[in-house]
Amino acid sequence: MKTETSAVNIDRSKGDFFYPEAHVRDAGIGLSEKTVHYIADVKEDPDWVREYRLRGLKTFLEKPLPTHWASKDLEAIDFNKIRYYLSPGTEPKRSWEEVPDDIKRTFERLGIPEQERKFLAGVEAQFDSEAVYSNIKKAVGEQGVIFVGSREGLKNYPEIFRKWFGKVIPIADNKFSALNSAVFSGGSFIYVPPGVKVKHPLQAYFRINAENFGQFERTLIIADEGSEVTYMEGCTAPKFNTPTLHSAVVELIALKGAKIQYITVQNWASNVFNLVTKRGLAQENAEVKWIDCNIGSRLTMKYPSVIMKGRKARGEVLSIALANDGQHQDTGAKMIHAADETTSNIVSKSISIGKGRATYRGLVHVPKHLKHCKNNTECDALLINATSRTDTYPAITVRGTGNAVQHEASVSQVSAEQIFYMQQRGLTEAQAMSLSVNGFVNDLVRQFPMEYSVELKRLIELEMEGSVG
Amino acid sequence: MKELNIENLHITVGEQEIVRGLTLRVPRGEVHALMGPNGSGKSTLAKVLAGHPDYQVSAGKVLIDGENLLELEPDERARRGLFMAFQYPSEIPGVTIANFLRAALQSRLPEGKELEATDYYAKLYEKIELLGMDRSFTSRAVNEGFSGGEKKRTEILQLAMLEPKYAVLDETDSGLDIDALKTVAHGVNSLRCPDLGILLITHYQRLLNYIIPDHVHVMVAGRIVRSGRKELALELEERGYDWAREGSAEPAFR
Ligand SMILES: Nc1ncnc2c1ncn2[C@@H]1O[C@H](COP(=O)(O)OP(=O)(O)OP(=O)(O)O)[C@@H](O)[C@H]1O
Ligand SMILES: [Mg+2]
Repeated sequence: MKTETSAVNIDRSKGDFFYPEAHVRDAGIGLSEKTVHYIADVKEDPDWVREYRLRGLKTFLEKPLPTHWASKDLEAIDFNKIRYYLSPGTEPKRSWEEVPDDIKRTFERLGIPEQERKFLAGVEAQFDSEAVYSNIKKAVGEQGVIFVGSREGLKNYPEIFRKWFGKVIPIADNKFSALNSAVFSGGSFIYVPPGVKVKHPLQAYFRINAENFGQFERTLIIADEGSEVTYMEGCTAPKFNTPTLHSAVVELIALKGAKIQYITVQNWASNVFNLVTKRGLAQENAEVKWIDCNIGSRLTMKYPSVIMKGRKARGEVLSIALANDGQHQDTGAKMIHAADETTSNIVSKSISIGKGRATYRGLVHVPKHLKHCKNNTECDALLINATSRTDTYPAITVRGTGNAVQHEASVSQVSAEQIFYMQQRGLTEAQAMSLSVNGFVNDLVRQFPMEYSVELKRLIELEMEGSVG
Repeated sequence: MKELNIENLHITVGEQEIVRGLTLRVPRGEVHALMGPNGSGKSTLAKVLAGHPDYQVSAGKVLIDGENLLELEPDERARRGLFMAFQYPSEIPGVTIANFLRAALQSRLPEGKELEATDYYAKLYEKIELLGMDRSFTSRAVNEGFSGGEKKRTEILQLAMLEPKYAVLDETDSGLDIDALKTVAHGVNSLRCPDLGILLITHYQRLLNYIIPDHVHVMVAGRIVRSGRKELALELEERGYDWAREGSAEPAFR
């Protein structure tokens, strides 16, 4: 489908613009077995993947929306009006020169090639359903690190791919993981060989450009024994009149002694439904750390999890959610302790502005037979206005003795006196607010890589400017 | 007309009139002390000058260097050169003094101009020393967990850094031990210059031994009832507010 518009549509914030579509592969509108077969055909899936997709579809159709505990707003998604696959029909390029001009311009405006030159070990850029660019620095590739799109991973590294795909998050985990299993496309496949420590982060950037569209990337990261890797993902979309759906599945596998750090800065437009399942598996002495920042979207439901399967495994979730007017950030963390001496840490900070709503849902599970497990959970909420809302649902089941859990929660408010005080020193109301918010998240942000804390600070400023008179 | 000019100011909160026809002129280069019993409206005056949204000005005007102050937002007033040291300073969790002051100074620069970091820190450490504070203080969150005295010192540190044209100091001396009082007074004195006018609100004549005012005003029930030279403070201490009140029948003078 091609649109006639030649001009670029631009708005104030960085991600809110789009170029006319030029997709060659289009699965059409709505979801049926036909859609799934179309995607499998286009992607030349092996039979086992096609079957997997069909099972995903069946499960998705069987499962009800989780509105008995989650937001009723989910009912606003019309699964029959969404387009499930759109791509230019070409392989991802290895250099930006080869990427089609309008797509290249999109990523240039988002600053991706520049960041790649500055501090990244590799970049994958996804535009609607497929990666359009994927490259890894030569030195990193020579160490045997694989960083490609999920399709290429499946095609070129079938043994590793199949061994781990769907093993951490089963199809039926939830309705949206089932949906992703049916129509997944794009996302990253990463393998880090034993002992290799990737110094600089690998970055993926997910961009939705088309209206009425659903993006369903699938990411699989395997860090072999003693290896280390940091992966960062960013996401934006322009604001269309109709809701857009983003429903990813991300599986991390940290083998013995490996470390995976996964960083997200989600800045979707305010009518994107962002329903993502993320889970990591940590073997003996391994560490999985999620740093999760949710700034945009209409409704985000995301609870990064870690299953600590080996002795002394560690899991961590550090998250920041900012819910502005009309937004609901329903986020949290799950820590499943499945071996002795495992430790987990959850620090969650949420900010609600205007009529924005932030929800924290936590789950910490330590079965009875385990010894010397530890969890620390801290969730703090900041309310900017009297109309702002926050809810906390921590579920901590720790059985047995010799396990230690610590849980702290706080709700605070930016007071009018505090804002007045800051204004008296010369800051505008918006500056005062964003400084207060930055202060609130400061101790957490300090633990993030530099490049991301700067980005985050800028995004918070942008949000506060927009929210004050 | 380089002065802060308050003319016949009336301030109300809800139905209640708190400041009732107050006239006061603070030219640059002078220190004016404002004394008065609890609840006489001193802090209310200070907050209204700074633009606090809780109070209504029902009559009168305030000019800063000839410009109407009252129609400006609080932050605009600050950037025009008005500073207020709060009687009860707010805490700003997670925001360090260094970052806060940096943002405050940055807000005074024209768009696109960045504050020079090295110069900034040099100045910050110089002022920190002037106020007898430790450098490590600048990396603590503004007023968070500060003792009363530390809060007051931090107010004066901000005054020293922001270099306003007019400063209203609301009971900066209360809660200070005698050594701290001397240090803070020394800090304020070192800032005295022909470009800075100071309105010093205090209950204690003691402070005025260290910061010697050019004029002293006594405020009772929302009005200035007596004005005079520095000796007035001594006389007031001796005779008390009832004596001062007696003067209120006389026509207003400054
Ligand atoms: N926001 C407010 N709402 C209601 N009443 C107020 C408000 N602010 C001040 N007042 C009242 O106005 C009067 C003057 O208060 P203000 O704080 O200005 O006095 P003050 O002279 O600074 O006293 P002190 O010496 O005790 O600091 C008091 O009676 C006080 O209760
Ligand atoms: Mg007072």
